[in-house]
Amino acid sequence: MSFFSINKSFKGGVHPDEHKDLTENSAFELMPYPAEVVLPLSQHIGKPSKVLVKKRDLVKSGQVIAEPDGFISSIIHSPITGKIKDIGKTASVGGRPQEAVTIVAEGEDEVVFMEPLDADSISPEMIIERVKEAGIVGQGGAAFPTYVKLMPPKDKNIECIIINGAECEPYLTRDYRYMVERTQDLIVGIKLIMRALGVKRGIIGIEDNKPEAIKMLKEATSQNSEIKVEVLKTKYPQGAEKMLIKVAVNKEVPPGKLPLDVGVVIQNIRTAISVFDAVVKGEPQITAALTVSGFGIKTPKNLIVRVGTTVQQVLDYCGGTNEDARKVIVGGPMMGVAQYDMSAPIQKATSGLLVLTEPEMKHSQETNCLRCGACVDVCALNLIPKDLAKFSKAGKWDEAEALGVTVCMECGTCSYNCPANIPLVQWIRLGKQRVINIQRSKQNVS
Amino acid sequence: MEPTLILAIATMGGLGLFFAAGLAIADKKLAVEDNPFVVKINEALPGVNCGACGKAGCYDFAVNVAEGTASVTGCPVGGSDTAKEIAMIMGVEAADSEIKTIPRILCKGGNSEAVNKMVDYYGPLSCSAMEIVSGGEKQCLYGCLGAGDCVDACPFDALVMNENGIPEVVPDLCTSCGICVKSCPRDIIEMHPIDQTVFVFCKNQDDPRTAKEVCNVACIACGICARKSDGGIEIINNVGVINYSLLDDTKIPFEKCKTGAIQKIDLELDLGIKMKKN
Ligand code: SF4
Ligand code: SF4
Ligand code: SF4
Ligand code: SF4
Repeated sequence: MSFFSINKSFKGGVHPDEHKDLTENSAFELMPYPAEVVLPLSQHIGKPSKVLVKKRDLVKSGQVIAEPDGFISSIIHSPITGKIKDIGKTASVGGRPQEAVTIVAEGEDEVVFMEPLDADSISPEMIIERVKEAGIVGQGGAAFPTYVKLMPPKDKNIECIIINGAECEPYLTRDYRYMVERTQDLIVGIKLIMRALGVKRGIIGIEDNKPEAIKMLKEATSQNSEIKVEVLKTKYPQGAEKMLIKVAVNKEVPPGKLPLDVGVVIQNIRTAISVFDAVVKGEPQITAALTVSGFGIKTPKNLIVRVGTTVQQVLDYCGGTNEDARKVIVGGPMMGVAQYDMSAPIQKATSGLLVLTEPEMKHSQETNCLRCGACVDVCALNLIPKDLAKFSKAGKWDEAEALGVTVCMECGTCSYNCPANIPLVQWIRLGKQRVINIQRSKQNVS
Repeated sequence: MEPTLILAIATMGGLGLFFAAGLAIADKKLAVEDNPFVVKINEALPGVNCGACGKAGCYDFAVNVAEGTASVTGCPVGGSDTAKEIAMIMGVEAADSEIKTIPRILCKGGNSEAVNKMVDYYGPLSCSAMEIVSGGEKQCLYGCLGAGDCVDACPFDALVMNENGIPEVVPDLCTSCGICVKSCPRDIIEMHPIDQTVFVFCKNQDDPRTAKEVCNVACIACGICARKSDGGIEIINNVGVINYSLLDDTKIPFEKCKTGAIQKIDLELDLGIKMKKN
């Protein structure tokens, strides 16, 4: 760590242009609900949910339309009042067709929420039950069903939770807006998560480019000895689980292990807000909050939309795209997915929608590796990206595995920093997938 | 001659003789019995170490055959001649020599037939890499991606990318190893006997309307070929699948297939070879 930086950080990382100023001062806007929504049955990690409705059924906002299939799965609620139009394959974020329920709005909006509960007296079991019923998934990106995370295996001793307020992806300001707009609710949400897990220590990690959020949360927690605000240096990928744990509690998560294994559970800011809404307001997760930004969109905004609103509807609501718009990304610019079909729906965990113009993208001619080591310098996990990419490209899976290709978190920092414009993370991801497949098939054989 | 020189030569020579004798004795005493079968089999193999047999290389394959853990016909590259030779070494009957198999790329949706998405793909030029990120530039989610992973994978340079962006096999160079089959992320390469002439050149499982939209030569599951085939062709998941044991090509109305997805290829034209009539 550098001598001059008082704020905590990790080795490596990069400083991409932030562009957060595009939206950081725009308060959340509630997008009116669209005439039609498309609800994918797999908006979470785990098995797709099982549909409970049929074509032409009438549903109300908040009504359960799909139930979990297995332990790691999630409930899905109708985000609008209307009629089931279709159940079948539709476009998706990521490009592959997926099973989804299409609902057309019909009549007045009727809302059927759950009964509000008292946040001060609710028992841990009831919090978990409520989080499950509300269909909450982690909204930091991975979309892991939250209630599963609140029920760690008995043999893991959880000491603390870390609330990820780093928001290290450029452009995105969703979590920041929640920190400044709903500070008190956030604290209550964090307390609920802590009670559910039975932990006495909560840390909110915030990058130092959000002084307003830091000030407000520090004030809000000044009377509370259990929750602490930790100021982090602004650097990508500060919000990655392993980095956050290293910086906030100075523990290393060994390769192949989970935060659980070092006694930590990480939750996203908006997940904590969703927990608050589910318990205190009885509201299931029928909305997604996202930052719509980039120089290619007419009016950048922070939006709350009904889950299932399509990318096109959101773009239209923000005034449409500029003429020089070149690329649409769902998620952040570093780890998000480029989108080609605008009829894909926004999902529970969607955090951003970016419309980029040519200068914001990095598309230059790839040249041979200069052996400069720039990729090695920035890899926060101490990997050797150039070799991982080389072996993945050559199909040398054994070598790639030996160098730890499966450890890579696909943060893309190496690609970003490579002066030769080699698509490092893309190759590495290929190698990682292949090696994991090989490992699995070996396991199945033995 | 200088006496010192004589002494030096004698010493060195003596030492040399001594060690040579030592080595000669060691060679006799400590000799490892090299399995004569392994040596012979290894000599019979092509020696390209391509790994198509699933073993670590030709020698490893030879060891496995000698130990009875691999079949005498296990080397696809050597083909029936090698199999016969190995069978002779091992003193077993080799199965009747089979007709050579070659890979068939079951997609004809090249750059001029397949419809592109409204995107440019930036990223590694590899079919497998494209497959991870929403599948390259073509709209079809089942067809050839055209980045040539199979071409790169073939150890014998038997595949070439044609101008239309679909790989083609050069039968003379192909050794039937099947490595290309495994390299294709879309699973559209299949090994077939070289005299097999009827194929549905499409794997698109989309509903007929979508299939028609994404590619001019897609199988649109109209079922015309299947109805006339007496079980030789079946429509499974919106695409015609041929059951070669029941197929009678004379019954198939090839010209009725609107998109030309099912084709009977002319071997002489297609492969530039003359098939021997039996
Ligand atoms: S940063 Fe790029 S050019 Fe430099 S060593 Fe890594 S891969 Fe090679
Ligand atoms: S993408 Fe993987 S290899 Fe590249 S910097 Fe991130 S963790 Fe390291
Ligand atoms: S074309 Fe396929 S089967 Fe033929 S030699 Fe090449 S990799 Fe092997
Ligand atoms: S590997 Fe498959 S997808 Fe790629 S070029 Fe070959 S046949 Fe086409």
